[in-house]
Amino acid sequence: MIRVGAVGLGKMGLSHQALLNMHPGVELAAVCDSSGYVLGVLKKHTGMATYGDYEEMLAEADLDAVLIATPSRFHAEMVRSALERGLHVFCEKPLTLDPEDSERLAETASQRGLVTQVGYHNRFIATFAELKALLEAGAIGEVTHAFGEAYGPVVLKAKGKTWRSQSGEGGGCLYDYAAHVINLINWYMGEPTGVGGTALPRVFSRETDDGAFSTLYFPAGKTGQISVNWSDESQRKMTTRINVWGTAGRIYADRQECQVYLRDTASIPAGYEEGWNVRYTTELTDPVWFYLRGEEYSAQIDAFVRQVEAGREDGVNGFASAAVTDRAIAMMIGDAERGPSTLAVAGDESPPPLTRRKRQRWRRAA
Amino acid sequence: MSTAPDLRERGPLQSAPGLEPLLFGDNQFFGINHMSEEKARAQALRFQDIGAVIDVLDAAREEGLSTFMCTTHDRIALICDHMRAQPERYRDFAFYPCMPYAHKYANAVTEDGMLGAVKRFLPDEGLLNAAIRGGSSLATKDIEGMITLLVDAEMKMFQGLQTPVIFLQNLVVDLMLGMGFKDAFRIFAEHVRERYDAEPGFITMNLPALLDVLEQAGVENPIVCSNINKIGFRMCGGLESYRAALRERQFRAVAMSVFASGAIPPAEAIEWVCAQPNVKSIVFGASSRANIRNTRELVAEHWQP
Repeated sequence: MIRVGAVGLGKMGLSHQALLNMHPGVELAAVCDSSGYVLGVLKKHTGMATYGDYEEMLAEADLDAVLIATPSRFHAEMVRSALERGLHVFCEKPLTLDPEDSERLAETASQRGLVTQVGYHNRFIATFAELKALLEAGAIGEVTHAFGEAYGPVVLKAKGKTWRSQSGEGGGCLYDYAAHVINLINWYMGEPTGVGGTALPRVFSRETDDGAFSTLYFPAGKTGQISVNWSDESQRKMTTRINVWGTAGRIYADRQECQVYLRDTASIPAGYEEGWNVRYTTELTDPVWFYLRGEEYSAQIDAFVRQVEAGREDGVNGFASAAVTDRAIAMMIGDAERGPSTLAVAGDESPPPLTRRKRQRWRRAA
Repeated sequence: MSTAPDLRERGPLQSAPGLEPLLFGDNQFFGINHMSEEKARAQALRFQDIGAVIDVLDAAREEGLSTFMCTTHDRIALICDHMRAQPERYRDFAFYPCMPYAHKYANAVTEDGMLGAVKRFLPDEGLLNAAIRGGSSLATKDIEGMITLLVDAEMKMFQGLQTPVIFLQNLVVDLMLGMGFKDAFRIFAEHVRERYDAEPGFITMNLPALLDVLEQAGVENPIVCSNINKIGFRMCGGLESYRAALRERQFRAVAMSVFASGAIPPAEAIEWVCAQPNVKSIVFGASSRANIRNTRELVAEHWQP
């Protein structure tokens, strides 16, 4: 049995707590939150050992691992403290708000041989995993472009009192919603060398973005784009879709199904045929020991537990892979701040900033 | 034309007084489809006008299904209004409300935080404020008060209508189950019995685990709705442990997702589920009278008392 402590009992934290509590290989040894009220209810009705102070929990609860689901700005410090005590760490996404912190933490964990995982649960959705397997099998030939979308009804009016509406705390659509899509694109396409055309517009929020749109550039001329909007009431809940184009076909995946078009030039994987193929979640999804909000949430906890049991650091969504997503997010924020490329406005005396290529061309001409 | 036998005269119902053998579900009306987002959207479009929903409910009634198992989605209130306005016509119609409509709460939690969300849905904010001020010295009666107030808020739309069974939705049931919050089940069951003279029901994706906890919480012979289908889709604990629970445990089973979102052909799905012991009721959704009739006839054919 692995002794796990959970910190942060908000929306994600409570469901993680339930999943850990029901996992046959886990003893949920302690929970920690800043709300005395929530702790009081838990202690009284579930008999759980509760802590109001994170460091106290780490020092006293004799843990093997910790699950962190606090507001994102607390992640870096909490993860560091756990790693220094030799604990394996599962942390909610995004790993941190500063890619350098994420890289440092990944390095610390690796030096100490600790298991790490970040809560990018989409990688545990069977249809998205099928897409990954098809790409690795080379089913659609040379991949050229990926398009990731996510829409949902989170912020529908000018309001919001929690940390999720403060970008400084890791709130906003980019960190909360788009991070999932970027992470999937990273999984399929690798790490982008750059981003461009990023817009992080507000729709209703006063202090943060409600949308995230950007182009990602990958080695060898491959590209990706994201289109994410959490102010979309036409969606019942968060809806994520991925399209990937290759020289020998195209794959579409959402939570329910994976639709695959294979050209006659494709190397057809077993069970597939030329033309259209559809695989449904009902046939792709493995059973889980306990179901709460979707198999993926259970599956990611199970994956973490198994990695800890086996002492393996090569799992899906380790810190190093989450740091790739944090770097892409940081590039997008910088890109959006620089703003669009524009032509000079008539009467405006200052010349437009030169793009790198123009600058090179100008230099060559001179 | 062959007429299907009246299910009400057959065996299973006799051992489950008050629980209808065939329940009409509502997923199809709210853009929920576990196979395809395209189909879900097409359904959302088709049922945008509440009149289209009522037409299907009327068709279900004509096929002998007059129990509607539905979430406490805001739009259900419109159906309730329609039924209240014609009491004679809908005299035999009953709702099995399933509460809460979880996405309403999940989105509120993102906007207002955990306690903010509870506050938003509580009719009386004073109670929660007093509880929070009380900090960890919170008394059980405060939690009871809060749960019962939330239930009452969800039940408001059904005022004056028949609600013989009231279900707690799987997201809440399974969260409470996972957290080990057993008192919640007892509080819900007692309140539903006392205040609404109704039978409490529980929806779960983790049937075997829930049965243990309901027993510990003192909820006897509970009505429990869970996926029961031939391929074991979303039956946590596995098909075999479900079959063992159906054989050996004291509870009234309501089978949902019997077609596993369309992964099993209808006749095969119904034949299998009807052959399981202790299934007292089947809930299914359909968008047309022809589909409703097909399912009703399949059940009539295979359901052995």
